[in-house]
Amino acid sequence: MIIGLDVGGTHTDVVLIGDQGIERETKVVTDHSNLFKTVLTGLEKVTEGIDHKKINRIVLSTTLTTNAIVQHKLAPVGMIVAGGPGIDPEYYRTNIDYCCVKGSIDHRGRETEPVNPSEIKQIRDQFRKKDIRYVGIVSKFSVRNPQHELTINEILGNSFDKVFMGHRISGKLNFPRRIATVFINAAVYPIHKDFFEAVKRSLNKKGFTMPIHILKADGGTMTFDSSVDFPGQTILSGPAASVMGSIAFASRDEENLVLDIGGTTTDMAVLIDRVPVLNALGIQLDGYKSIIRSLATQSIGIGGDSHVCIENGKLKIGPERLGPALAYGGPSLTPTDALVALGIIPELNKDKSILGLKPLAETLNLSLDQTAQKIVDQTCNEIVKNAHKMVREINSKPVYTVHEVYEDYTVKPKKVLVLGGPAQHFAPNLEKLFNLEVKVVPRWSVANAIGAALARTTCEVTLFADTEQGKASAPEENFFRNVSQLFSKEDAIKIAYDLLKEKAIKRGADPQDLDMEVLEDLEFNMVRGFYTTGKNIRIKVQVKPGLIHGYDQISNS
Amino acid sequence: MLSAKHKTGLVFFPAFDWAISPTHPEREERLLYTQDQVFEEGILDIEGIEEYRPDLVTVKDVQRVHFCVPSVWDVMTESHFISAGGAKTIGMAVMDKRIERGFALVRPPGHHAMRVVHGARGFCNVNIEAIMIEYLRRAYGINKVAIVDTDCHHGDGTQDIYWHDPDTLFLSIHQDGRTLYPGSGFMQEFGGPTALGTTLNIPLPPKTSEEGFLYITENVVLPILEEFKPDIIVNSAGQDNHYSDPITNMNFSAQGYAKLTSLLKPDIAVLEGGYAIEGALPYVNVGIILAMAGIDYSKVREPDYNPDRIRQSKDITGYIEKTAETVLGLWDQRVSIGEKVRGKDKIAERTRRLFYDTDNITENQKESLMVCPDCSGALRIDSTSSRDKHILAVHIPRDACHACKERGYEWYDVKPHGYDIKFLQDRPQDKYLEDHKGKE
Ligand SMILES: [Zn+2]
Ligand SMILES: [Zn+2]
Ligand SMILES: [Zn+2]
Repeated sequence: MIIGLDVGGTHTDVVLIGDQGIERETKVVTDHSNLFKTVLTGLEKVTEGIDHKKINRIVLSTTLTTNAIVQHKLAPVGMIVAGGPGIDPEYYRTNIDYCCVKGSIDHRGRETEPVNPSEIKQIRDQFRKKDIRYVGIVSKFSVRNPQHELTINEILGNSFDKVFMGHRISGKLNFPRRIATVFINAAVYPIHKDFFEAVKRSLNKKGFTMPIHILKADGGTMTFDSSVDFPGQTILSGPAASVMGSIAFASRDEENLVLDIGGTTTDMAVLIDRVPVLNALGIQLDGYKSIIRSLATQSIGIGGDSHVCIENGKLKIGPERLGPALAYGGPSLTPTDALVALGIIPELNKDKSILGLKPLAETLNLSLDQTAQKIVDQTCNEIVKNAHKMVREINSKPVYTVHEVYEDYTVKPKKVLVLGGPAQHFAPNLEKLFNLEVKVVPRWSVANAIGAALARTTCEVTLFADTEQGKASAPEENFFRNVSQLFSKEDAIKIAYDLLKEKAIKRGADPQDLDMEVLEDLEFNMVRGFYTTGKNIRIKVQVKPGLIHGYDQISNS
Repeated sequence: MLSAKHKTGLVFFPAFDWAISPTHPEREERLLYTQDQVFEEGILDIEGIEEYRPDLVTVKDVQRVHFCVPSVWDVMTESHFISAGGAKTIGMAVMDKRIERGFALVRPPGHHAMRVVHGARGFCNVNIEAIMIEYLRRAYGINKVAIVDTDCHHGDGTQDIYWHDPDTLFLSIHQDGRTLYPGSGFMQEFGGPTALGTTLNIPLPPKTSEEGFLYITENVVLPILEEFKPDIIVNSAGQDNHYSDPITNMNFSAQGYAKLTSLLKPDIAVLEGGYAIEGALPYVNVGIILAMAGIDYSKVREPDYNPDRIRQSKDITGYIEKTAETVLGLWDQRVSIGEKVRGKDKIAERTRRLFYDTDNITENQKESLMVCPDCSGALRIDSTSSRDKHILAVHIPRDACHACKERGYEWYDVKPHGYDIKFLQDRPQDKYLEDHKGKE
């Protein structure tokens, strides 16, 4: 059996899934000041009276690292950044102890200026004096050649508790994002490690011995043991949990839109053939543009509890939430009240909703029903408008080959999956506006926990070969090999797949359940003078986000 | 956080699957390292820098500028529709005020493509700047345009297209034609009889460095632009003046290109040549983008940059100062020179022999221009190529007077005609006709 747990803003949802589907589901109130207790309580409740030996997998999705960043509860970090020619890395400063140093690598991974060891030693001593325990090292083009990061790391020696290096966190080119991501990883490292070690200890005491998996922002999982090297990947896993929870109800071979309509916000994502579309660059949080893989999600400030008012003579919905609906004792009018007033949600406190509608109806010179309907229509309209905008953005992704321009593949959703509290009540209206089938995800109230429970382990490998220099490398995987002029794209793909398989298994994947694909395979003839001197090969492969094998039919439960 | 002072648009289209031939300088690999540098610098993440996907130009967009022999489809590959389209995308974004400035970092280039196209010249098939500009004129009603060509080669194609257009100032800075392809672009090339002075050539000696280029920009280009008062400034931003370029002999740098861009403040820049794909392009392009956006580029330099090593000699400085003086003199006297040149002729004629080096074609042209006091004059071109195509091409300019419109149709309607193809560009009506012999 599998346990999935997702910590949300108000509730923490937990499910226990067996061969026959969901066996138990439970909710506990999230205590943000004591997430540890929240998680433990949730796990205890869902496993009460269950033989621990029957549970073979446990997946947690928490707000721990996200909150640490948003609330600026970060550990002191020392950053060492080697830029070389280009934009001054001072512009990408993440914190006080951020030192730009000598050393430069060019786009082909060649050293153009060496690291200065005495400069690094000085910084090391300075960091130590300030009692800094976590350090990040990033050099420009380290994904092509990590030598400078390694050299600096060597000079630092064992002076610090943990050192994060840019080339180990992503294979993508983007120096500023690598800087931000290394910083995030270092800054949340102690809080992440302490938390999950404590969870692990408590579970062990209770007799659970299986590895703990943690949900990532890309809708995949990794084991706790591997997460200590990449704690930043656990940020914003919440939206991913809901999207993964709806996958079982998505259609194959076509594109679906997922809308998670909550109290404050509506989160949107796109699935293509049951695989979520990923964000091309990386997740953005609290001003940090990171290179952390994540689902392409969009969040808008409209939900069932959005504050409804009149501004400049016009109806305004959201983005703020002042509290629950009037009907539920809240302080202000909400779209939920409109649904109550219209009788779509049968509710005893209908009077409160109607009372709230009255002043608006007078200002707008409409009847109460018309006003309520207008609120529902506008809420749905905003959602639809933003969903279309998101699809447009996915479709306007730049392409770099003639083939892609002429092929012009565009996403056109054929079905909309909705989940969240008010979703079912908005569904008929949304169906009209989208002119598409709108399906309410069954068991939507725990879809996020189901998504966490059933998410597959994901990862990505980037391989780069330059046969003129006789090198193939995947610095992220600590892979370096000398290759001959005969080294081909096919050889490169094969190596990349081998590395991917190894990485996925190490991070907790089932070797029988690796859905791998090539994301990028580029090969260029390198010509110097008028002669071909080598090949420049770039490969990117991934394990697709998806549901673990055997559970993708959970929809029938 | 870094943000752009001027909202800047980028179309980046490296055409990773298109080459003239596998080892040609215009090959798949050309913008590979530039893309690496642009991505690694995180330029597309900067607040106020916007990346756009290129649109495709239409056949009509091409016909508005070119007479393509035998047809648009025959001289264009898909890649040309995209690179011209990339320029057009940037132009539209600027005109729609979605961005303040924009850079079309596209390939293949276009500034050697002339009005009549029998094939490819200097790696160019169609003139992507001209296609963009004429589209913008049609769609947005702009009139005065300045094109500043900072490619190392003379922009002879652009010059040809705007030779008779007094509303387009074409200013080309390039390595002296006696020492480099295409062997033209001398100061005496000064525009046709009805557009004298709106073509200006500034040939510079080999080994001209930052100092020389910036001197010309500040002392010649900027004052002339100030006087011409264009609605938009387009920069044909070739990067082959770089000290490491393999096919030219100049000593310009990434810092120099960025400073030039800051001075010029082009509304639209379009990439042209530049073949030092590893040592120059990544840094020059980053420099130009940052300069356009108004972002600090002081640390953008080539790894082997050494200003002392590429400094120009005193002789060169002196020579450039004299050139500047001559060009400014010509510009100041353009009206009187124009009167003298036009004389009493009603029709001005010129015959030319043109060579298409990339496709190995020779063309013989006879041009007849109505020297009209009321407009820039109807233009008739009789052209024969070594591919055995004999064509008649008639151009009625945007500002054509009634008489020149009629004359244009008279020329076109000649019957019976012995041409393989007859073309008409009726710019006032935005109408383009072709008559293929034997097709009717
Ligand atoms: Zn030029
Ligand atoms: Zn050139
Ligand atoms: Zn006239």
